[in-house]
Amino acid sequence: MADSRDVVFLDGVRTPFGKAGSLYAETRADDLVVNCIRELLRRHPEIPPERVDEVAIAATTQTGDQGLTIGRTTALLSGLPSSVPGFAIDRMCAGAMTAVTTTASGIGFGAYDIAIAGGVEHMTHHPMGEGADPNPRFLAEKLVDPSSLVMGSTAENLHDRFPEITKERADRFAVLSQQRVAQAYTDGILTESLVPVATRSAEHGWGLATADEPPRPDTTMEALAGLKTPFRPHGRVTAGNSAGLNDGATACLIAGADTAAELGIAPAMRMVGFAFAGVDPSVMGVGPVPATEKALHRAGLSIDDIGAFEINEAFAVQVLAFLDHFGIDQDDPKVNPYGGAIALGHPLASSGVRLMIQLARTFRDNPQIRYGITTMCIGLGMGGTVIWENPNHAKENEK
Amino acid sequence: MSIATGSELTDLIARASALTEVEVVTKALSRDITLPYGAGTMVLISLDNGLDHKRPNTFGPRSLGELNAAIDAAQARTDIAAIAVTGKPFILAAGADLSQVAKLTDVDDARAIARIGHGVFAKLHRSSVPTFAFINGLALGGGLEVNLNCQYRTVSAGAAGIALPECFLGLVPGWGGAYLLPRLIGVPNALKVIIENPLNNNRMLTGPQVFELGIADAIFEPADFLERSIDWAAKVISGQVTVDRAEPDPAQWDMAVDMAKEMVDEQLAGAAPAPYRALDLIRAAKDSDLETAYDAEDAALSELIMSQELRSGLYAFDLVQKRAKRPAGTPDKDLARKVTKVGIVGAGLMASQLAVLFARRLEVPVVMSDLDAERAAKGVSQVQADIDKLLAKGRINPDKANRYKALVTGTTDQSEFADCDFVIEAVFEELTVKQQVFADLEKIVSAECVLATNTSSLSITAMASGLAHPERVVGFHFFNPVAVLPLLEIIRGEQTDDATVATAFAVSKDLRKNSVLVADAPGFVVNRILIRLMSEITRAVDQGTPVEVADRALKPLGLPMSPFILLQLVGPATALHVAETLHDAFGDRFWVSPNLKTAVEAGRPGLVDWSMEGTATLTEETAATFTIGDQAITEEQLRDRVLNALAEEIGLMLAEGVVAAPMDIDLCLILGAGWPFHLGGITPFLDRSGVTERVLGQRFLPKGVATLP
Repeated sequence: MADSRDVVFLDGVRTPFGKAGSLYAETRADDLVVNCIRELLRRHPEIPPERVDEVAIAATTQTGDQGLTIGRTTALLSGLPSSVPGFAIDRMCAGAMTAVTTTASGIGFGAYDIAIAGGVEHMTHHPMGEGADPNPRFLAEKLVDPSSLVMGSTAENLHDRFPEITKERADRFAVLSQQRVAQAYTDGILTESLVPVATRSAEHGWGLATADEPPRPDTTMEALAGLKTPFRPHGRVTAGNSAGLNDGATACLIAGADTAAELGIAPAMRMVGFAFAGVDPSVMGVGPVPATEKALHRAGLSIDDIGAFEINEAFAVQVLAFLDHFGIDQDDPKVNPYGGAIALGHPLASSGVRLMIQLARTFRDNPQIRYGITTMCIGLGMGGTVIWENPNHAKENEK
Repeated sequence: MSIATGSELTDLIARASALTEVEVVTKALSRDITLPYGAGTMVLISLDNGLDHKRPNTFGPRSLGELNAAIDAAQARTDIAAIAVTGKPFILAAGADLSQVAKLTDVDDARAIARIGHGVFAKLHRSSVPTFAFINGLALGGGLEVNLNCQYRTVSAGAAGIALPECFLGLVPGWGGAYLLPRLIGVPNALKVIIENPLNNNRMLTGPQVFELGIADAIFEPADFLERSIDWAAKVISGQVTVDRAEPDPAQWDMAVDMAKEMVDEQLAGAAPAPYRALDLIRAAKDSDLETAYDAEDAALSELIMSQELRSGLYAFDLVQKRAKRPAGTPDKDLARKVTKVGIVGAGLMASQLAVLFARRLEVPVVMSDLDAERAAKGVSQVQADIDKLLAKGRINPDKANRYKALVTGTTDQSEFADCDFVIEAVFEELTVKQQVFADLEKIVSAECVLATNTSSLSITAMASGLAHPERVVGFHFFNPVAVLPLLEIIRGEQTDDATVATAFAVSKDLRKNSVLVADAPGFVVNRILIRLMSEITRAVDQGTPVEVADRALKPLGLPMSPFILLQLVGPATALHVAETLHDAFGDRFWVSPNLKTAVEAGRPGLVDWSMEGTATLTEETAATFTIGDQAITEEQLRDRVLNALAEEIGLMLAEGVVAAPMDIDLCLILGAGWPFHLGGITPFLDRSGVTERVLGQRFLPKGVATLP
C-alpha cells in the first residue's frame, strides 16, 4: 500500500430533484443514479472508465429499485467495465457523504485511485422507514424517546431545547433559502451541475427533467405563518421550514491528488478531514455541532478558519441551532449562499454530494476562501462533517 | 390523388375508424421539452398504447388520428423549435394494425388506409419546424416509416427488431418507405432492407445496423438514449451539429433494381406480387416527387391489401406467431415430467446433431451410445467439433463451450441410460431394429422414462407394441438440418399416454422448436405431402414427360426449391424408402418410380442431371439406364395433377385425423419445408385457386379466413 496521500473532489453532478409522487413517479431510482454516473464519465473523458476503482452508492432503503447492491448494479447499468466493483452504503441522510468519506479513506490509504461516490433516494418508491422493524427494546428499555423515529418531532424537540429559536426565525431562514435558490437559478449556478433525466409518464408521455421541482421562489413570511404544524398542535415545524419528501440522485468523482494530476484534471476541492458524531436521537438535528467540533479538532483548525458552510437544511431549526452554537448570523452569506434543502429538496441519502457540489462552486467563485465545510444531521441522532480546502486559494496565493 | 390534408384527412380517418369497432389505440402524448443550448422548445410526441412491451404500439385509424391531432397541434404553434417522435419503453411501433387490414373488403377502404398513413406522416416530412425521430426500440413497417418521414433520426444501440417486413407478408412499405428509403440510403442498401431481408426469413436490423446503413443520423447507448437524443437534436437546431448524408448515386439506380429483380425472379418466379410492386416503386423513386411517389404507393398498397397473396400471408403469419406457440390438441402441460438427463441411441450424424441440440438447449447430461466404441467416440468428437464451431462463431462463450462438451459423453454400455428421463433413438430405419432397441432399453430405464423415436415413416404403435410400458413411446420427428428447421412433428401412438405427450411438448419447447401433434399415420405430415408431390413428378417422368418440363412445372408456385433439387437434398435412397413405405400403406397414390430405383442402385446423387445453366436434364448416359414411356404432358397439366394430388392427400389426412385442422398442415409445411407465406402453406392456395372444391367438393377453410372474403 502507498503512503497516505491527498484526496480530492474532482466534480459532482446530480439529477434535478423532484417532489415525491410527481416528477419521477414512473422513473426508477437506479436509472437516476445511472444518469449521474454517465454524466460524470462524459464530462471527464480524461478518465479511462476501467480506472474507476470503486462505485459507492448510498440509499437509505435498500430494496426494490434501490436494492441488489445499488453501487454494483448502477456500475453495470452505466456501462462501466465489469471489472469495476461497487457497493451499497447507508447512513440515512448522510449516505452520499459517507460514500465520499469511505472511498476517500480508501484512496488515502492507497487502495483506490479513483472512485465514484453518490447517493439516491426515491421517496415515492420508498417512503421513509419503509420495511423497517425497530427493535421493541428501544422503547421497552427507554433507549430512545418515542419521538426519535419521527424526524419532524425531533425538530420540534430541538425548538424546545433552544427556545430562542422561534418559529419566526425558522420561517425567515426558510424564505432566505428560497430566495437564494431563485437567485442562484437566475445566475445559472445550480443548473451547471444538473444532468437531464428523461421522465416516463404513461399518462403524459416522456418528459425531460431539467430543473428542480420543489423550489417555491414566491414564498413569503405571511404564507409560511399560515401553514399547519403536522408534528405537534401549535408547533413550530411546518412543510415550509423543512425539506420536503423528494426523489433524486447525486454522484461525484473522488481521486488521489496524484492521480488527478496524472490525468490532468484540476481538483475542485481537497479533503482536509471528516468526522461523524452521535447525539441523543430525540434531538438528532444538533448532530452537526459535535461532528464539526470533532472534525475541526482533528484537523487542527478552528471555526474561524472556515470561510464557507454548506449545511443541509433538513429543518430550519437544526441549521439555526448550529449557527447559534458557533455564533454565526442566520443570514450570513457564507452559509448556504446558493440556498439549501428547504427550497431544493432533500432526497435523503443523495444530499451529501449536493452540499459538496455547491461548496465546490463557492470555492471556484471565491478564491479568497481557504476552508469550507459540508455538514448534515442524520437520523437516529448523528451528525457528519467534512472539511475541504479550496485549491483556488493556494493558486491565488502563489500569484 | 394528392396527399390528404385538413378535413379530407380527418374525414378519411373517420371513415376508416368506422370500419372497426375495436382498436387498441396508440396514443400520441405531447409534452414540451426545454432544449439545452438555448435551442428553444421541442414538442416530444410519445407513442404509447398503455400496455407493456409485449403488446407493441400499432397504427390503426384511430391511432393515426391521435398522431394527426398531435402533429396538427404542434404545427399550429409559433413558439416551438422542433417536433420529435419516440415510443414507449423498448417499442417505437410495430406498424399498421394488420388485424384490421385482414378484414377489409373494399378497395376504396384499403386506399383510405394507405392515404391516411401518408397524410399524417407527410406532415412530419414537410414540416417547416424541424422534425426528429428517436428510434428507441422495435420499429416495424409503418413504425419505421413514421421515422423515415421525419427529417432527422437517432437510434438506440440497444434497439432490435427494426425492419420493413411488408414484402414478407405480401405488402409494400407504402407509407413512404419505398420512396424515402432509397433516397436516404441509396438503392443497394434500400433493396436489402425492403426486398432481401424480408425474403430471407424476414431478417431484421439492430440499432447499430440501422446507423451503419445511414437510416439514423446518430446512435446513442440505451442507458440514456432519450436524454442524449434530445441533446443531439438541440445541437442540430442550434447549429453545433450538421448532418451530412451521402447523396445516393442515381447512376447505379436502375441497374441495382434490375439485379434485385433477377434475384426475386429466381426465388419467386412471379408467384407473389408484393416484391415486384416494391421494385417498381423503388425504381420510380429516382425521379418522382413526393406527391407522385405517395400516390403510386397508395395504388400499390390498396391493390395488395385486396390481394389473395396478402390474405394468405397474414393467415400464415398468424399461424407462426400464435398457433405454433399453442399447438392444437396437446394435453395439460402440468403433466410433463422433468427431464434431467437425455440418452441418444446411436452415434451417427443425426445422433450428433441431436446431442448438440439437447446439450445446448436443455443443459443436461446427454449420453450417446453405440455398439461400437470407436463409433461412439467418433460421435462425441463430432459433437465437440460442432460446439467448437459455435464457439468460433461467437455464438457461445468458452465457459458454455466447456459446459456443453462436458455434458455429452459416449458409451457402449447401455446401463449408463439407467437414470435418463428421455431417451431418443436415431438408429437404422427398420422396425425390428428399433423394436429391439426399445426392448433392450426397457430393461435399464425407469418405467416412466420417455422413449422417443426420430423415425420419419415407421409406426410408433408398432414400435411400442412389444413393450411392458408402451404408453411412454412417442414419435419425435426432426427435420434436417436439425439446428435450423424449426419444426418437430410429435407423434402419438395408440397407447401413448398424456404425460408422455406433455413431456415431449415440454422438451420441444425447451429445444425452441415448434411442434405439431400428429397421429401415428405413415409419413406423418411433411413427408407424406412432399412424397405425394414427388410421386406425381416421378410418375410423369417415368411416363414420358421430359425432366426439364417436370422440374419447371411447379415454378409458378414460388416454392423454395424445385422437385428434383428437393429430391437430391432428401437423398434418392431416403426418398425411395419413404415412397415404398407409403406405397405399402396407401397403394398407388404413392408411386415407386422404377427409374428412381435405378438411380439409387447406381448410387447416383439424384434422379436427374444438371445442365451448365442449372436446369434439370438427362444426359444420354443416364437416359440409357432409364425406362421412359411416351405419354408426355405439359407443365400446366403436371401442375394440375400435383395440385389435385395435394388436395386429395390433405383431404384424406384430415379425414383420417392425422392432424387437428388444415391450419396444422399449413404450419408443418411452412416450418418443416419452408413453403411460402403467399401460398399460406398450401391449403389457402388450393382453396383460392378452386382446386379443393374441384377435388373434394368443398374448401378446407371458409372464405375470408385465409383468402379474400
